[in-house]
Amino acid sequence: MSDFQHGVSDSIRSQTLAAAVAAAARTRRYGSWYVAEHRFRVMRSYAQTVLFTAVGSPLVYLYAMGVGLASLVNGNLGDNAVTGVSYLAFLAPALLASSAIAVAAEEFTYPIMLGFKWNPTFFGMNASSIQPGQIINGIVISVAARMLLTCAIFYVFMLVFGAVPGALGFVAVLVALLTGLAFGALVMGYTATLKDDTGQLAMVQRFVILPMTLFSGTFFPLDVLPPYLQWIGWISPLWHGTELSRVFAYGLPEPIWLSVVHVLYLAALLAIGWIWARRLTVRRLNK
Amino acid sequence: MPAPVIATQNLVKSYPVKNSKDFVAVDGISFEVAPGESFGLLGPNGAGKSTTMRMIGAVSTRTSGDLDVLGLDPNRYGPEIRGQLGVVPQENNLDMELKVRENLLVYGRYFGLPRARVARRADELLEFAQLADKAGAKVDDLSGGMKRRLTIARALINDPRILLLDEPTTGLDPQARHILWDRLFRLKEQGTTLLLTTHYMDEAEQLCDRLVVVDKGRIMAEGSPADLIRRYSSREVLEVRFGSTQNAEVAGRIQGYGERVDVLPDRILVYSDSGEHELERMTAAGLHPITSLVRRSSLEDVFLRLTGRNLIE
Repeated sequence: MSDFQHGVSDSIRSQTLAAAVAAAARTRRYGSWYVAEHRFRVMRSYAQTVLFTAVGSPLVYLYAMGVGLASLVNGNLGDNAVTGVSYLAFLAPALLASSAIAVAAEEFTYPIMLGFKWNPTFFGMNASSIQPGQIINGIVISVAARMLLTCAIFYVFMLVFGAVPGALGFVAVLVALLTGLAFGALVMGYTATLKDDTGQLAMVQRFVILPMTLFSGTFFPLDVLPPYLQWIGWISPLWHGTELSRVFAYGLPEPIWLSVVHVLYLAALLAIGWIWARRLTVRRLNK
Repeated sequence: MPAPVIATQNLVKSYPVKNSKDFVAVDGISFEVAPGESFGLLGPNGAGKSTTMRMIGAVSTRTSGDLDVLGLDPNRYGPEIRGQLGVVPQENNLDMELKVRENLLVYGRYFGLPRARVARRADELLEFAQLADKAGAKVDDLSGGMKRRLTIARALINDPRILLLDEPTTGLDPQARHILWDRLFRLKEQGTTLLLTTHYMDEAEQLCDRLVVVDKGRIMAEGSPADLIRRYSSREVLEVRFGSTQNAEVAGRIQGYGERVDVLPDRILVYSDSGEHELERMTAAGLHPITSLVRRSSLEDVFLRLTGRNLIE
């Protein structure tokens, strides 16, 4: 580059460099948080929906299933018939994990489609000092916050309904968060591959999330299913999250190695989805 | 001459195409932009202007060649370079879910600026962009011209050293374009370096100190607007129409008029120092065009001369 840059003296060059490096240093370090800040501001525009679903869904589900359906189950099988506890205590940790999945299904799909395509704000962010990976990080941070809020509210309702016999029950909130993020990261990666939404996101909802909810030991233990269907549970992040939640909520008997597997499996999905989404974003924004 | 703020040499960008040769969008472009200069890339759609802009904006990796923005290599110092730039993209990417002022607030944070400073700057810029009374409005409710002015305000939130504008007035009505040009001229007066792409000659003539004419990824000519017109056109142009069926026949009879005659499918252009004189000559010879127009020569004529094609096709 010698001839080419003959006009630029070394001292001016190094001054510019120092100033530019100093100016971008904060963004290099905190850029992900700036993106999260932006997302929080956007969420504020639909804060009512966020709060309404966070409060409404535990009320509806815990009452309809944990109380209504439970009276049928307990009436038929006896009070502590499902894995040694009441049906409400059995069901509530699973519904908690499902509520995290519901947030993931919303926040890791449409905002991604929006940012790349419908209202390409990601391109705007990328034109500033922000880097593509930080956009994805910021989204994960902001969704994690909404998910944590939703799960915490859900947990309060679990307490109100008397659905948490165990002293370590609150840990189930963190397990639900991990579950939601693990599943959500994969959905985010998948959504980042879409150039257009021609119904794929609705398909995910119908053919991935709904069956996963039904066959992940949510409403009945996985071993009730015939062996050739149980694999659905084993690959389902929701099953791993639900089982682990139950361990903390009421002490579901489970070998310790299996609990470790739950955590590792969820953490692995989270890492894979996150890295995948970051890579796709780097590629899509560098046109 | 002070050190250039942008320098490109043999800049190339190509994209792989399945089962075919690579598509070369930018094919060896070289130019330099001095600090405070207003520099334009003029060319038709698909000439490679936006791709060049993206490489300079440190969001698109060059395939080969040298690129130096503020003395830095975008491959290594992307965030640092982008921190010193303001970018007005062709496609609006304001956040439609946020209010007008909020768009500036979130964007300022992307440069690591403290909240109070961003808020102060946002208010100044809303004033500058003549949008102060729209601060709390939804972006969706703004007109096209207002959205573009908001995008320019957003691009200025970090006090950039260089402002990149990609087709800044495309799609705007004439009045909105003039308002925008006035704002950009203000910035130019204040010493902001402007780099803009356009396929409008009048825009280039209004705003650019110097420009390159780009076609098919290559530079065809470089100079000031006046300089290019002098070199590649005449002072005036006489445009005449004889009707599409008569055009070719008449063309044969007026060869040798002015400095040059260009025959287009529907019009004949006569380049001359005096369009009126050529028109008189024509009428004296018994040729009576259906319509005639004498105008100043423009960059459009330069482009036509250089490429044999119109800029807007």
